[in-house]
Amino acid sequence: MISQVFILSSKGDHLIYKDFRGEVEKDSMSTFYEMVSSLSGDQPPVVMSRKGLNFIHIRHAGLYWVVSTKTDPSPFTVVEFLNRLVALIKDYCGSVCEKTVRMNFALIYELLDEMVDYGYIQTTSMDILKNFIQTEPVASKPFSLFDLSNVALFGAETQQSKVAPSTAAARPIMTSYSGEGSKNEIFVDVVERLSVVIGANGVVMKADVEGEIRVKCYLPSCSEMRIGVNEEFSIGKSQLRGYGATVRVDECSFHQSVKLDEFDTHRILKICPSQGEQTLMQYQLSDELPCPPPFRLFPTVEKDYGSRLLIFLKLRCDLPPKSSAINVSVTVPVPKGSLSLSQELSSPDQTAELRPKHKSVVWEIPRFPGGAQLSALFKVEVPGLSSASLQEVGPVSMSFELPKYTCTGLQLRFVRLSPNQQAPSHRWVRYVTHSESYTIRI
Amino acid sequence: MPYFGCEETVKDLKRALSNPNVQADRLRYRNYITRVIRCMTEGVDVSSVFMEMVKASATVDVVQKKLVFLYMVTFAGAKPDMALLAINTLRKDCDNPNPMIRGLALRNMCNLRMPGIIEYIHQPVMNALRDKSAYVRRVAVLGCAKIHSLQPNAEIDGGVVNELYNLLRDPDPVVMVNCLRALEEILHHEGGVVINKPIAHHLINRLKDLDSWSQSEVLTFLLRYRPRNDDELFDILSLIDTFLLSAQPPVMAATLRLFLHLASAHPTVQADALTRARGPLLAACGAAAREMRFTALCHVQQVLRSQPTAYGSHYKRFFCAFSEPAYVKLRKIEILAELVNDENVALILEELKGYCTDVSTELAQAAIKAIGRIGRTYTEKCLEILTGLLALKQEHITSAVLQTYRDLVWFCPQSTAAVCRAVEGCDDLPQDDEGKQALLWLLGVHGEQISSAPYVLEGFIDGIKMEISSAVKMELLTASLKLFLSRPAETQDMLGRLLHYCIEEDSDMCVRDRALLHYRLLQCGVNETRKVLLGPKSDPSMTIITGRTEEPVNHWASSFNTLDPLLGAESRAQDVPGEISDGDEEIRINDPDQAFQNGTLKEGDTDGAPDASEEPRLSLSPLVSHDAFEKLWMELQVLHRQCLGVPRPSVSPDTLNSAFQLVKIQILAYSRSDARPWKLYMYSWSGGSVILAELLQDSADTVTLSIKQHPEERGAVEGFVSVVSNVLRTLNSS
Repeated sequence: MISQVFILSSKGDHLIYKDFRGEVEKDSMSTFYEMVSSLSGDQPPVVMSRKGLNFIHIRHAGLYWVVSTKTDPSPFTVVEFLNRLVALIKDYCGSVCEKTVRMNFALIYELLDEMVDYGYIQTTSMDILKNFIQTEPVASKPFSLFDLSNVALFGAETQQSKVAPSTAAARPIMTSYSGEGSKNEIFVDVVERLSVVIGANGVVMKADVEGEIRVKCYLPSCSEMRIGVNEEFSIGKSQLRGYGATVRVDECSFHQSVKLDEFDTHRILKICPSQGEQTLMQYQLSDELPCPPPFRLFPTVEKDYGSRLLIFLKLRCDLPPKSSAINVSVTVPVPKGSLSLSQELSSPDQTAELRPKHKSVVWEIPRFPGGAQLSALFKVEVPGLSSASLQEVGPVSMSFELPKYTCTGLQLRFVRLSPNQQAPSHRWVRYVTHSESYTIRI
Repeated sequence: MPYFGCEETVKDLKRALSNPNVQADRLRYRNYITRVIRCMTEGVDVSSVFMEMVKASATVDVVQKKLVFLYMVTFAGAKPDMALLAINTLRKDCDNPNPMIRGLALRNMCNLRMPGIIEYIHQPVMNALRDKSAYVRRVAVLGCAKIHSLQPNAEIDGGVVNELYNLLRDPDPVVMVNCLRALEEILHHEGGVVINKPIAHHLINRLKDLDSWSQSEVLTFLLRYRPRNDDELFDILSLIDTFLLSAQPPVMAATLRLFLHLASAHPTVQADALTRARGPLLAACGAAAREMRFTALCHVQQVLRSQPTAYGSHYKRFFCAFSEPAYVKLRKIEILAELVNDENVALILEELKGYCTDVSTELAQAAIKAIGRIGRTYTEKCLEILTGLLALKQEHITSAVLQTYRDLVWFCPQSTAAVCRAVEGCDDLPQDDEGKQALLWLLGVHGEQISSAPYVLEGFIDGIKMEISSAVKMELLTASLKLFLSRPAETQDMLGRLLHYCIEEDSDMCVRDRALLHYRLLQCGVNETRKVLLGPKSDPSMTIITGRTEEPVNHWASSFNTLDPLLGAESRAQDVPGEISDGDEEIRINDPDQAFQNGTLKEGDTDGAPDASEEPRLSLSPLVSHDAFEKLWMELQVLHRQCLGVPRPSVSPDTLNSAFQLVKIQILAYSRSDARPWKLYMYSWSGGSVILAELLQDSADTVTLSIKQHPEERGAVEGFVSVVSNVLRTLNSS
């Protein structure tokens, strides 16, 4: 059971404090912060304990979200509860940051009061909570046209007729005051996280995809929605459907409210989405990507005369020509003590930077079209460079976003709301693949 | 305390709240109340506006009501008399037609933790238990627990308990779960809520109607229940089986725990459940939230204790992602080191090698130690990687590699030669205490194989004035002395300097005492010193202890899905290096300790049939020098002469020496093995008397033993003779 829930800013300011059982002193917040700040390293352990009081915390948006308890609860439950709390606040306030928490503290207190009683979790379902929550959220910034320029999700193709700006889904759910016409929207996102390890010889050593279908629903009440995924979608190794290229995943699990009666025959998910964000389906695929990994790297690392290190990188994007990767960032570890960097990049919009603190060179490419090949030459000045130091030019890691692209090939055939839905509504389907971890060994 | 002028702020707020104009304007009124709450969260003492807040509670505005209640609950303890004024409003709200208001008022009324409140809340709570709204019933059920906690010593109200047991059949699932929670608290002293067969089956049947929080809670309550027989047990297991594959990690973990608990007598069922839960657990290891990942990883580590091979084929799932925080990466490195098998060892080592140059020193060192752990099984491959790392000449890497070497040499003696070569080639000295100690230990124990050992040690000895850590100084003392034993000529001079500095100038008591001890040891003679100081150089058998063993599931099942794996593993990880060094410290001092014990033993037991089992009655100390022996031998008369009837064993003098040392007899001198007559002189101590002996073989095949003793003690001589003949017989037979 939960004794207290509190939210601290990274500087230790008390943002939210709710005591459910009155069995712990209020200074536990300071105790916790002392413990956290006395530890070195980038993040303190999730569970800490002092004098019989256990603190379980997560970090989100730079804030500490902490549960304190005197009992020995299930860590899965507490961590999941804190994540759920963050998600609910995000649903209500649009985004989560120190400012939104500060501005909406009354709302958060109200949420906590309904979610937990006497330290026991009562409900976290948006459908139930919305009947009880009366406070109106205060948006941290008004939804303005200015935000439209900051398009991240769909790259440069904003001129297309019907594309929702990426910020559209980052609005508060309770939309009594947001712009008219945007009320009745429903977003269905297919989000995949890709982790790949490519060996020094170019062989793919590991390729995992963790994907999920998420629904973010702004409709105050929504009747049944039908979502069709690829007909040839198959689960596990044995099951094959269709004749062409199958879309295969290893394991798949569904939200408990998803009705699966048409899934086996027609691959249709049925659900009555509640307001807010929900994950309908999660799936995993290990090692058998239907397509080549999106990036191949051809590196050359050599010691130049004197104490200079030459790193020549040729990076090829193996996506189909129509898609492209955005916000590509390549991190190359360099030897300790690297002093300066001079680079030759193929276009002016790319940047490269030496970060001595992280012993790395970071090469940023804002947009990388499929099929293209880019190269970069880095000359790094390393005093006392020895041939052993070349070992330190270790695995290159990349991070990027692939909009409108799924690695498994999962597509939604349709998203249909039942015809008796009163209000007209907009449905948006978005695909995106994030790089969870993309490592290329040298 | 936190803000200057907060008293002013509170006064302003008080004034504003009592201003009728403000009270008339709903939004302004609420705004001021919000400011009070904000001050409260920041830690300002706003209890002085209690009266105004009580007034503000009588409103139709639900948001304002909630804020005021939050305030009252916080400060009721400080202002109990004023809080009573609010009771009236609250009780009125308890009869409100709107169930939300009823529930709200009741919940907050029960939360007012102050003396004397019970008489006001008891009746409303009892009424609310039969409320038609499930929301109010939920609140009321927990209200019973709150009432109980307000008067912990009062007698348990049987009526309430019965009512709560009846409410377990409530149609609302949360009411049901709240009943379990409330009963658990109320009946805490009697062992908590009783889960009998009907209740257990009722709970299991309703599991699917509950939300995931309640499911995991109910599953935890079911741990109480013991099925009557195996049939019932398997019925239950098949009913909860589907939850094992739940997409919700809390439900999956609670189910798995219940499975492991219920099937504690059926290891195969447990193993089966762990296999089935592997998929969901792995999925949780890849969850988007890193804290969830961490939690899952800790539990995977637990499972690995019993099924070390279970996740071997999924090792790629435990490769670290670039953006993960260090604590997740550290766990993954630990797990990777455990998952190694013949198929994946090359790939795992390659992955770990990549982490060794990580920018975080903590991570790099953890990766190096993980390679060291794998090296206990796959020595060659790991040594190659570790030696390569030394070339980087980075302090933290060198230090970790040396520590890993030390442990590796201890566990796998076959790696000694390669390690010594690597240490010799390492010209970059570690700067941290741990690394220095490891290097010194290696130099001391294996100094004869590292040609540069005296020079490295000399560097340390010359810099001892700058050394702060006493642990390093002690290790330096021991290492120098050990090196002196193996390479006296090169070390003697610097050892003298070191001892002189430590005894005369060092201010640390421990260091001085250790130096004095070493000095006195040397005074006793080199052989004595060797006896005391040199222990075994490695202990391969330790690998069996620290290596992978399949623990029974029941060892850890009770802590599954608790905080223990997250907390415990943290401290376990810190303990491991300490444990090993402590361990070998203990073993190193073990031998003299035993000798000492044996030395005292013989005192009370002088007579009785002397036989092999009484060998330890002899002892080696105090040392007898060659001169002293010669002098004594000349002075004394032969006390006993006996032909042993056994031939001279055809073994090397070293073997002979160590064989006799085992039985606490020191050989001082012997003739070349081809000499005729062949002689051997030895001595031992029995109690306070020294036994000197000569083994003689002239023309005959058998050897003759002559014994001189001072002072005379016949019983000891008999024992000595039997020991010597036993040793010779054993050597001959082998």
